[in-house]
Amino acid sequence: MEIVLSTAIGILAASGIWLLMRPRTFQVIVGLCLLSYAVNLFIFSMGRLTVGAPPIMPKDGFVNPTAYADPLPQALVLTAIVISFATTALFLVVMIASRGMTGTDHVDGQEREQ
Amino acid sequence: MTIRPEHLMIAPILIPFIAGALMLLYDERQRRAKLGVGIASAVALLITAIELLNRAKDSTGLHFYLLGDWAAPFGIVLVLDRLSAMMLLLTALLAVPALIYSAAGWHKQGQHFQSLFQFLLMGLNGAFLTGDLFNLFVFFEVLLAASYGLLLHGSGQLRVRAGLHYIAVNLTASLLFLIGVSLIYGVTGTLNMAQLSQIIPNLPEVDRPLFHAGAALMGIAFLIKAGVWPMSFWLSTAYMAGAAPVAAMFAIMTKVGVYVVMRLSLLLFGAGAGASAGFGSEVLIAGGMATVAFGFLGVLASQGVGRMAAHLVLISSGTLLAVTGFALAGAGSAMLAGALYYLVSSTLATSALFLLIEPMSREEGGIAAMLALTADAYGLDDIEDDGKPEVGFAIPGTLTILGLCFGACLLVLAGLPPLSGFIGKFAILAAALDQDSVSPNLVWGFMVLLLVSGLATLIGMIRIGIRTFWATDSAAPKVLALEIAPVILLIGMILLLTFQAQHSIRYMEETARGLEHPATYTEGVMTAPRISDQPEEAE
Repeated sequence: MEIVLSTAIGILAASGIWLLMRPRTFQVIVGLCLLSYAVNLFIFSMGRLTVGAPPIMPKDGFVNPTAYADPLPQALVLTAIVISFATTALFLVVMIASRGMTGTDHVDGQEREQ
Repeated sequence: MTIRPEHLMIAPILIPFIAGALMLLYDERQRRAKLGVGIASAVALLITAIELLNRAKDSTGLHFYLLGDWAAPFGIVLVLDRLSAMMLLLTALLAVPALIYSAAGWHKQGQHFQSLFQFLLMGLNGAFLTGDLFNLFVFFEVLLAASYGLLLHGSGQLRVRAGLHYIAVNLTASLLFLIGVSLIYGVTGTLNMAQLSQIIPNLPEVDRPLFHAGAALMGIAFLIKAGVWPMSFWLSTAYMAGAAPVAAMFAIMTKVGVYVVMRLSLLLFGAGAGASAGFGSEVLIAGGMATVAFGFLGVLASQGVGRMAAHLVLISSGTLLAVTGFALAGAGSAMLAGALYYLVSSTLATSALFLLIEPMSREEGGIAAMLALTADAYGLDDIEDDGKPEVGFAIPGTLTILGLCFGACLLVLAGLPPLSGFIGKFAILAAALDQDSVSPNLVWGFMVLLLVSGLATLIGMIRIGIRTFWATDSAAPKVLALEIAPVILLIGMILLLTFQAQHSIRYMEETARGLEHPATYTEGVMTAPRISDQPEEAE
């Protein structure tokens, strides 16, 4: 399971970074999205990988902590998802404004001289 | 439940939050009301910050606020110490002049200026107060999201392009921040800064490299915000493109990065950190010095005063980071105290300079033409409430006053006597010569760099000054009193800082000592009493 998850994170991050370096705004935003997926999965995996273990403990009685997943990274990842979703939406608006003002989707607002 | 005096600690976050949310209810045309609420909130923040500073000055200087009354490592804790109280005061001191300046017309150039400004203040104050790494991330995002909106304020092609780069760089930096935070959590199992500081000396040796990797990734995120070379290329374009009051407030944005680097590196990797002590000090010294070098080359190369001011910001944050590196390597608290004094004075001066840029480079047409131009670019057709431009009291002897203000900024930024810039640099250099834990070659290199950057600032700014004030043949620009008053206010604060140098340096020394001995901080956080555990007092 670890190898599958780490490969997935690695591929997402690598594609994200490659797209981030591209000159088109659309590629940049897709790159940012992929990168944030990789980061979210990474945060999630920092609570150690467990299968079939609920993150919430029952209220009363003694519980065995090893039978439960770490709830904190799950809470952190939720916050991170919401924030990156909102900032990506904001970035999209700026991109559209830039496209409208300059008539090109190059990140510098002008095509490179050939 | 009774309102206790310790609840004042949360006020710097709540005041701008409520004010900003309240303004969203007003229609965009009720600018006067919005401006009133904004300035009232900033003044309230100023009063709160002064009171908190007074509290931080008492014997221990540490106050804690347990959010939700959860005991320390489980809940989020707000910590007020001398450093955070000082930064809160500095934020409020910058906010009031910037808002007054915006009243001259800038707040009309786009929507929700006042709300975004308040949310920026909220994020800044939260970042200065929090004692939890993930909470720090959240406040960083609050202030960044507000700064994206503010940078685009006034619109126009230049701003949109600068904003696009600025947002992309900062989003990537935030992702690095998250990777660092989660690595640290994975290794140590906590995000509370004080508990981290206690855990680090006893970390198993197998985990230490992983922890260092997490801290380094997080450090890169803050260094990007502080504008360290080679991660600073976004900064000058973004700062130049921002509207004047926005750029004046952005003067403290790089200082947030510097503040976090200072706080975390001294807390986590200070002398008591065992095998991790001094981690990252070489990077900070080298990066800081490279930033100073890049900054002064940029100052010499830039033609416009806007780009020059942005590079002056770089010089200031580079100096501060290098001193933090020296302090981490054991150079002693006196050097750090000088740096803190320099931080306050240079932030005030750059903020004043950003407010001066626009009136200085204004052509004869005066503010009316400028406003018409930007309103046109923005596609605003709201001439209904100001068919005539804001008719304010235009000051006489414009060029003289502008020149005097510019001269004061120059003296502070170049570090010439008699103003506070000289005192700050002198304190840094005197302390640097006094210590013997860092190799003398490095110290001499730093000194030369600091002095040469002062000279470059002098040359660059005098060139601009001659061109603007002496070699001009056009009629003096028309400048409103509303635009010059904030600059004079900021310079007044610099003068106050200069005259009160003894008291402020003493305060900074105590701050630096507190930073160098984090044990009081960590123990204080971990033993902060819960309200519900305390016996109910007689009402």
